[in-house]
Amino acid sequence: MIRFAEVHKRFGPKEVLAGVTLDIPDGETTVIIGFSGSGKSVTLKHIVGLLLPDEGTVEVDGQEVADLDPAGLAALRAHIGYVFQFAALFDSLSVADNIRMGLARRGLTHGEIATRLRESLRLVDLPGVEERFPAELSGGMRKRVGIARAIALRPRYILYDEPTTGLDPVTSAVIDELMVRTRQELGVTGVVVTHDMRSAYTVGDRIAMLYEGRIRQVGTVDEIRHTDDPVVRNFIEGRPTDRDRMLVEEPSA
Amino acid sequence: MASARAAADVRTWAPHVLPQMRRLGVDSVPIALFIATFTGIVLSLLSKYIFTGAVPLYFVGALVGKTIMMELGPVLTGLALAGRVGANIAAELGTMRVTEQVDALETLAYNPRSYLVVPRVLAGSLMFPVVTALAVGVGILAGWLTAIHLLDLSTLEFVKGLRLFYRFKDIWFGLVKSASFGAAVTLAGCLMGLATRGGAEGVGRNTTRAVVLGCEAILVLDAFWALVLL
Repeated sequence: MIRFAEVHKRFGPKEVLAGVTLDIPDGETTVIIGFSGSGKSVTLKHIVGLLLPDEGTVEVDGQEVADLDPAGLAALRAHIGYVFQFAALFDSLSVADNIRMGLARRGLTHGEIATRLRESLRLVDLPGVEERFPAELSGGMRKRVGIARAIALRPRYILYDEPTTGLDPVTSAVIDELMVRTRQELGVTGVVVTHDMRSAYTVGDRIAMLYEGRIRQVGTVDEIRHTDDPVVRNFIEGRPTDRDRMLVEEPSA
Repeated sequence: MASARAAADVRTWAPHVLPQMRRLGVDSVPIALFIATFTGIVLSLLSKYIFTGAVPLYFVGALVGKTIMMELGPVLTGLALAGRVGANIAAELGTMRVTEQVDALETLAYNPRSYLVVPRVLAGSLMFPVVTALAVGVGILAGWLTAIHLLDLSTLEFVKGLRLFYRFKDIWFGLVKSASFGAAVTLAGCLMGLATRGGAEGVGRNTTRAVVLGCEAILVLDAFWALVLL
């Protein structure tokens, strides 16, 4: 279980998170939606301790992330796979070495690492690319390698940061299928940050909308689809208000 | 505290020291030798111009040797490598920072200081003296060749001058300095690289800062070692 309690985060004068409270239950995929620059990725980074809250607490499995020492944080991260927005593959390493990077820290034998590598690439439908470098892959392939790197660790949680951003609709659908399959086959708890509503409906069990630094509404996919909240409704239907137009024109932090 | 923890994580940084030594040190040898060659030639010609018959010409060997070993060899090599190595490290780590590769390292339970900083600083500290030693040798060789071909000095006279004021300290003084330059340049590159924010513009800005900081550190350390060791 991941629990955000009144989390505040400020960058300079801009308060990006202004009291986020959200429970992410085990075994489900929770999708966090919201406008660009609304703090979705910032929220995600708090779960693995890449960012720490200015106020409030983030707990993972009952442990407060901000209280963990480096060893505790490393132990926590061993259970969390993180898929970055632009994959964040290591340029100088081959696909195989990118995936081996995390596995090498876990005391696995060479045979176990080779098996995990093969299985992870099979799960993302990318067998045979082990020796290629990130620069030789398309955007969609890089994202799939990013997912393979995360699932190779056999994590309890996988965090996806904008997994379909910048991809064409067909490749986006492939990535969505992959996230669903990952949950079904590995039984991991997923947290997906996106503003792609088609993706949110496909992969999510629950959807939470982040708006003006707080969670505006949380609910099942059906509840969000049929929401009466005008802000959530405008967002999921892609209808901007005058206020939204003004916000878009403001420079983000 | 964080640096001590990073240094203690030998399992993470040890495999990367040798590749970094090759990349930061061996690959920098051509530029260091190029600079040393022309420094040796100019020093030889300058000393002839300065002595103007008042000082015996074999002092050319003394001036070339002493100056290259103690000052110009380490400092000019350091400044050249501050540009090449400092910029290389800052641009690489800066790009890794803005493309979230450093965050990815952390999520894979790696300490970025152990993985990225320690091997580079260690490689710089070990390889700057090696490159400097080669540059000193080539600089003196260039000075000698210039002296015998353009200044009508014999090899015996040049060597006589070279040995005249030579002390073993001349060598280790230069090498100690260059080790500290290596540590400073690589550390500046790493710090500026990891502190990068804001995309390509940020990478460019911090790369420039790393080179400037590395050069400044070299000049300050040069004065420091002169005060402490001479």
